[in-house]
Amino acid sequence: MKTVLATGGLILNEPLLWEKGKRGRRGMDVPASDVPAAKIDPEFMGVGPDFPDLSEVDIVRHYTRLSQWNFGVDTGMYPLGSCTMKYNPKINDKIAATPEIAASHPMLPDRLCQGTLKIMYELQGYLATITGLDAVSLQPAAGAHGELTGMLIFSAYHKGRGAARTKILIPDTAHGTNPASAALCGLHPVPVQSGPDGILDPEVIARLMDQETAGIMVTNPNTLGLFEENIKEVSRIVHAGGGLVYGDGANMNAIMGVADLKKCGLDIVHLNLHKTFSTPHGGGGPGAGPVCVVDHLKKYLPVPRVVKDDKGYRLEYNRPDSVGRVHAFHGNFGILIRAYSYIRCMGAENLKKASQLAVLNANYIKEKLKGDLHLPYDRPCMHECVFSDQKQHEFKVSTLDMAKRLMDFGYHPPTIYFPLVVSGAIMIEPTETESKDDLDLFIEAFKEIVREARENPEILHEAPHLCKVKRLDETAAARHPCLTG
Amino acid sequence: MKEINELNLPEGLHYTKDHEWVRVDGDTAIVGISDYAQDQLGDIVYVEMPEVGNEFSQGEEFGTLESVKAVSETYLPLSGEIVEVNEALADAPELVNKDPYENWLVRIKPADLSELSALLSVDEYLDLLNG
Repeated sequence: MKTVLATGGLILNEPLLWEKGKRGRRGMDVPASDVPAAKIDPEFMGVGPDFPDLSEVDIVRHYTRLSQWNFGVDTGMYPLGSCTMKYNPKINDKIAATPEIAASHPMLPDRLCQGTLKIMYELQGYLATITGLDAVSLQPAAGAHGELTGMLIFSAYHKGRGAARTKILIPDTAHGTNPASAALCGLHPVPVQSGPDGILDPEVIARLMDQETAGIMVTNPNTLGLFEENIKEVSRIVHAGGGLVYGDGANMNAIMGVADLKKCGLDIVHLNLHKTFSTPHGGGGPGAGPVCVVDHLKKYLPVPRVVKDDKGYRLEYNRPDSVGRVHAFHGNFGILIRAYSYIRCMGAENLKKASQLAVLNANYIKEKLKGDLHLPYDRPCMHECVFSDQKQHEFKVSTLDMAKRLMDFGYHPPTIYFPLVVSGAIMIEPTETESKDDLDLFIEAFKEIVREARENPEILHEAPHLCKVKRLDETAAARHPCLTG
Repeated sequence: MKEINELNLPEGLHYTKDHEWVRVDGDTAIVGISDYAQDQLGDIVYVEMPEVGNEFSQGEEFGTLESVKAVSETYLPLSGEIVEVNEALADAPELVNKDPYENWLVRIKPADLSELSALLSVDEYLDLLNG
C-alpha cells in the first residue's frame, strides 16, 4: 500500500458533564436585573435540577474531546450501505442559517412568510419533477414516517372505494421498516421472495395479488443494490388486482434524472432528503421524508398543503379527504432548506451526474473486490454492492471481524448482516462523494484485510486496534443494558 | 461460524427447512432450533415466545429470536397448542446458543402427528444445508 490512511493519535478521556466541575464554577455572568422583583407563586417553587457547575473551558473541552472520538463523512469515507452517507456541502448549512430563514417563526401568518412558503412550494415542484410524480407533501419527518403516511393514503384510498383491504406484499429485499409501517396501519405484511437473480418475479406477484391485498411496497433499487427490472410488469399486475404500488425511494441516489417513477407504475414514493439530497444525518438527527403521489391520490395528502394562487402562497387546510396532519408546523424545515439549496446548487444535469457517479463507484468497488469477497449476485449493481464473508469461513473470519478491522484502516465500516437475504452480508455504498483515488485506497485496504484473514486471522478477531474503544461486547450490551448515566 | 461438518445434528429429531426441530415425547412434543440456526444467528439476546394455550398451524410463526445480528421468526414444525414455554430463556437467552437441544423453546400438544411426514430426517436436513 502506498499510504495508510489511519494512524495512532492522542485521544483524551472525558467524563460525563455530571462527573465534572466544582461547586461555584460558572461559564457566564447573569446581568443584574433591571426590572422590579416579583414574588413567585410557592406552587412553582422547589428544589432545582441537579446541574453541574462548569466553567466555559470545561464545556468547550468536553465537546471538543467528544468530537475527536467521532467519525463522520467530513473525517473520511463512510460506505454505510443503504444510508447514502454522501458529503453535505457546507453552503447548504450556510443558507439554512441565513437569519431571514432560520428566524422565521412557524406561526407567522401566511402573508408574513411568503419567502418560506415559496421555498416549500418550489421544493415540492422539484421533488415532483425528480420522481415524475404529480404532488408532494413535505411534512413527514423521515423515511419510515413517509412510509407510514403512504400507508395511511393506501388505507384511505381503499376505504374511499368502499372496500378496506387487509394485506400488503413486501419483498424480502425491501427496507426493514416497510412491514412495520404497513402493520401500524393495520395491514398484514405478506413476504415476497425475490427471484434467483435478486429481483422480483412478476409470476410470484401474480400468484399473491388478490382482492384482500392493498398493494405492494417496493424498494427500488432494492436492498441488494439491484434495479427492479420487472417493476412495470409488477405494477401492472398489482393495479389490475385493484391495488396500489408504493415505492420506498430511500435509494433514489441511484436513479435521479434517470428513472421516471410514474412511468414505472409507482403511485406513491417517499424520498429521504437526508440521504439523496445531502443533508446531515446519522446519530439520530432530524431527517425529512417527503411523500410524492400521482394525481388521483393528491386529495389524500396531509394538510396543510402549500398552494399558490394569484395572491401569492398560502397554507390550505380545507381538504376533506386528507389523511390529516402528520407533523407539527412545516415538517423539519431546516432539512427542507438544505435539500432545496442542494437541488438549486446542483441543477438537473448535475443531479443526474451524481446518480451516474454513485452507480459507477459502486460497480467499480464490486468489480475490484469480487475476487477477494464472495459476490452473491454477480451482475451490474446500482448505488451499492453486497458481498458476503463466505470465502472467509474457512479461516473462521466473519463479516463482523472484517468490518471492525476496516476501522483500523481509517474507514467507517459498511452496513453488515443486511439485507437478510444474504448470509453475512457486507453492503457497501460509496456514493458519488469518493474520487477514484480514494476508492482505490479503500479497495487496497479491504484486500489487505482479506490477506490478513488468510494469514493472521487473530488480528481480525481482536480488531479494532487503533480506535479509542476496542471490540465492544455487543452481546452483554443487549442482554444487560445499562440505561442510566 | 461452524462448518457443516462441525454441526451437532442429533439423530431421531425431525427438522424443518426453517431450521427448527421437534421431538415427540409421549402425547406432547418439544420444539427448538437447530445448531445451525443458533450458529447463524450468533449470540441470542432476547427470546419472545407465545402464551400457553395459543394454537398454531404447521409452519406458522409462533415467536421470535433476537440476536446481535438480526431478529428471526420461529415457525412451529407441527400444528398444535402451546402447553409449556421454556421460562428459563427469558432471563438467560444464551442457553439456546450453549445447547439448542437441551434448551428447547416450547412444548406443544400436536394436533396431527401425520404432519411429521412433511419434516426432514437428519440426513435430509444435512442435504438441505449442503445445498
